[in-house]
Amino acid sequence: MAPPAPILRMKGIGKQFPGVKALDGVDFRLLPGEVHALMGENGAGKSTLIKVLTGVYDIDSGEIELAGRPVAFPGPQAARQAGISTVYQEVNLCPNLSVTENVVIGREPRRLGRVRWKEARRRAAELLGRLDLHIDVSAPLSAYSPAVQQMVAIARALDVDARVLILDEPTSSLDKDEVAQLFRVMRRLKEQGIAILFVSHFLDQIYEIADRMTILRNGRLVGEYLTSELSQVDLVAKMIGRELADLERLEDRPPAREGAPLVEADGLGRSRAIEPFTLTIREGEVVGLAGLLGSGRTEIARLLFGADHAGTGSLRIGGEPVGLRTPRAAIRHRLAFCSENRREEGLVPDLTVRENIVLALQAARGWTRPIPRRRQDELVAKYVSALNIRPADPEQPVRNLSGGNQQKVLLARWLILEPRLLILDEPTRGIDIGAKAEIQRLVAELSGGGMAVLFISAELEEVLRLSHRVGVLRDRRLVAEIDNDERLTTGALMETIASGAAS
Amino acid sequence: MTAPAPAPASVPASVSPGRRLLGHRLFWPAVILVALLMINPVFTDGFFKVELKDGHLYGSLIDIVRFGAPLILVALGMTLVIATRGIDLSVGSVVAISGALACLRISDLGDQNSAGGVLAAAGVALALSVALGAWNGLLVAGVGVQPIIATLILMVAGRGLAQLITDGQIITVNSAPYKLIGGGYWLTLPFGIVIVLAVLALTAFLTRRLALGLLIESVGGNAEASRLAGIGARGVILTVYTFCALCAGIAGLMISSNVSSADGNNAGLWIELDAILAVVIGGTPLSGGRFSLGGTVLGALIIQTLTTTIYSIGVPPETTLLFKALVVTVVCLVQSPAFRAKVFHRRRRPAGASPVAEEKVRVSA
Repeated sequence: MAPPAPILRMKGIGKQFPGVKALDGVDFRLLPGEVHALMGENGAGKSTLIKVLTGVYDIDSGEIELAGRPVAFPGPQAARQAGISTVYQEVNLCPNLSVTENVVIGREPRRLGRVRWKEARRRAAELLGRLDLHIDVSAPLSAYSPAVQQMVAIARALDVDARVLILDEPTSSLDKDEVAQLFRVMRRLKEQGIAILFVSHFLDQIYEIADRMTILRNGRLVGEYLTSELSQVDLVAKMIGRELADLERLEDRPPAREGAPLVEADGLGRSRAIEPFTLTIREGEVVGLAGLLGSGRTEIARLLFGADHAGTGSLRIGGEPVGLRTPRAAIRHRLAFCSENRREEGLVPDLTVRENIVLALQAARGWTRPIPRRRQDELVAKYVSALNIRPADPEQPVRNLSGGNQQKVLLARWLILEPRLLILDEPTRGIDIGAKAEIQRLVAELSGGGMAVLFISAELEEVLRLSHRVGVLRDRRLVAEIDNDERLTTGALMETIASGAAS
Repeated sequence: MTAPAPAPASVPASVSPGRRLLGHRLFWPAVILVALLMINPVFTDGFFKVELKDGHLYGSLIDIVRFGAPLILVALGMTLVIATRGIDLSVGSVVAISGALACLRISDLGDQNSAGGVLAAAGVALALSVALGAWNGLLVAGVGVQPIIATLILMVAGRGLAQLITDGQIITVNSAPYKLIGGGYWLTLPFGIVIVLAVLALTAFLTRRLALGLLIESVGGNAEASRLAGIGARGVILTVYTFCALCAGIAGLMISSNVSSADGNNAGLWIELDAILAVVIGGTPLSGGRFSLGGTVLGALIIQTLTTTIYSIGVPPETTLLFKALVVTVVCLVQSPAFRAKVFHRRRRPAGASPVAEEKVRVSA
């Protein structure tokens, strides 16, 4: 049986940003009734391709055909009307409005200028029914879980007669069951002949749902493959353009070590954030923190760094009692904290890569002692190449970089301070597998060089791979501290998280 | 003097010099200024003529800079405040207070022409300005009052303070040394221009040679991230409000010296709005972050040129304000990249856009 004609075809797409060739001669096609995964590392051009397709950006070269007709969308609205609907990673809905309002907003059924709410509710319920979702559509959106909100976003996208549905990392904030629910919906839509373009960092999910995939690397097309014909190892190799040996090297667990105590927290706590906890971090030691989202992992990091005030307890650094009232004081004691919230608590988006990297060092020196420009350039060049930050142009505004590279910029900001303790809160979340491996390797190297690291991650494998000791959190309480020896497995960790006691 | 020109650095070598010029952020303010200047010779003969008389430079261009000097000063301070995502509405009042206090002290002098006495008077006036700026900074950084409210307090109260100082009267002085600040000459240049150049050089030095600029842009660009990076945001904010008031204080001396009198009611009236406008025209966004000192100077010169132009082309007095508003609107629009993209971009690709229109019709049918 011959494959059906593509509903969407993009040919030789090129897109240039100042200093960056985001897309270079990329071909892409989408068949009706398929789930097509768009794969690539951060910065490979996935987001740009989607934005070009939905009219957010215009193209410098190439052509786009929808159902055999050449099109050029001046804006997202035009793309939607032509049948290309998009659900972005961050749900663009209003949590304070009702489900109905969220679904029909902008297209409310009206009579004589008055909104017909009954009709609107009926239509919203019907659309959600198509997704097998039967909820109270007059309740506010905030009453529902992120997964349901995601479905509502999809329902909203489908309200127009969609022929192409683009899902940009829809699963990054969903748990396992919610992902399964989303996939059920995607299969249902597929049966209705809708072409789905799916972007995700989770390879298992890709293999579960996608029929076909297109791989991009550095803005160029690597190729289009049937999912059933490409193994995961080959896929990763094609995405990062090199072999997985680099990743494998870290599989050995780090040797345990006995350094001098560097940071000793005794009964440190803050009401409504984290119960008083006692934790010692030694020089050259990687301490992992494991626990569910909201279990108090970030709160521990913020207390240690002085980002929040501790209500109780005391803190000793290098044996000396200290009271850290501000991050500034913590930095003076050579602590560093890479927040999980890159955009709000890390980057200054307007500033360049160089300025973002030297920021903490400059702040520590005070404004009257500027870092000479040549020294800045040396430092920045050193870390841009050491951390493989791309594009390697220090004068780019940092907001132009992809998530993984932004993360590396933040790492560089702290590494030039040569801290004694580096606190990393979810440093690998939302970044691609290549950058992830680089950051993991870096953590191992740093601790080998004597730096203490507090490593927070939701991925237990990652915590186990890197840590000498693991602290387990549950319900805002540090419930266990476990040495990472041969007996500790992700299973045992998960059990501790679930039961709240060391097994 | 301005920012270390990020635009050219990030543009690849393949881009033509013409496009690079177009992309420079001072390009449009400069075009507007030149366009405004070009209108004048039509109505005023010898508009561009600058001549040397008695060792002093004279000419319309010199006058624009000279009369614009106080505005440039106030706008320079305002630039730094706005870059931290703040705003300072009290500069007009500080202008009035500074002028009033200086004139009061001089009028109390036995010999109004004593240079020492005048210097002391100016010093006291500037010290009070600094204190007022520190008060603003404390309210914003220490107490956490929103900048527009915090400085509104002093904007209103400051006028009262100025009138208290002058006892509700207009104080006139007859002091040659004081007259020098706003009306004198030094090395052929009006002294006001010399002061502006000095303050501009100082500001550029503090922000671009030293690292104050980076910290200001960081605090304005992302306050929480800056705090976590160890920047003492309070200190930075206190510094910029203090600096802004100092600039306003100097402008106050200049204005009162120029007319040899202090008017608590009208000195520096509405100058805060002109200053904010100058900053915005110069390309510093009100949302904080990146700022451009060169842009602000251009912006202030645009406003002063506009005022001069209105007089020279003889716009009837009753329509002056309306005319000014219209021009300012146009200037702001031309200066806005978003607006330019909307207007010029659409026109450039009519061929690409038309198939979409067909598509739309077909789909909705």
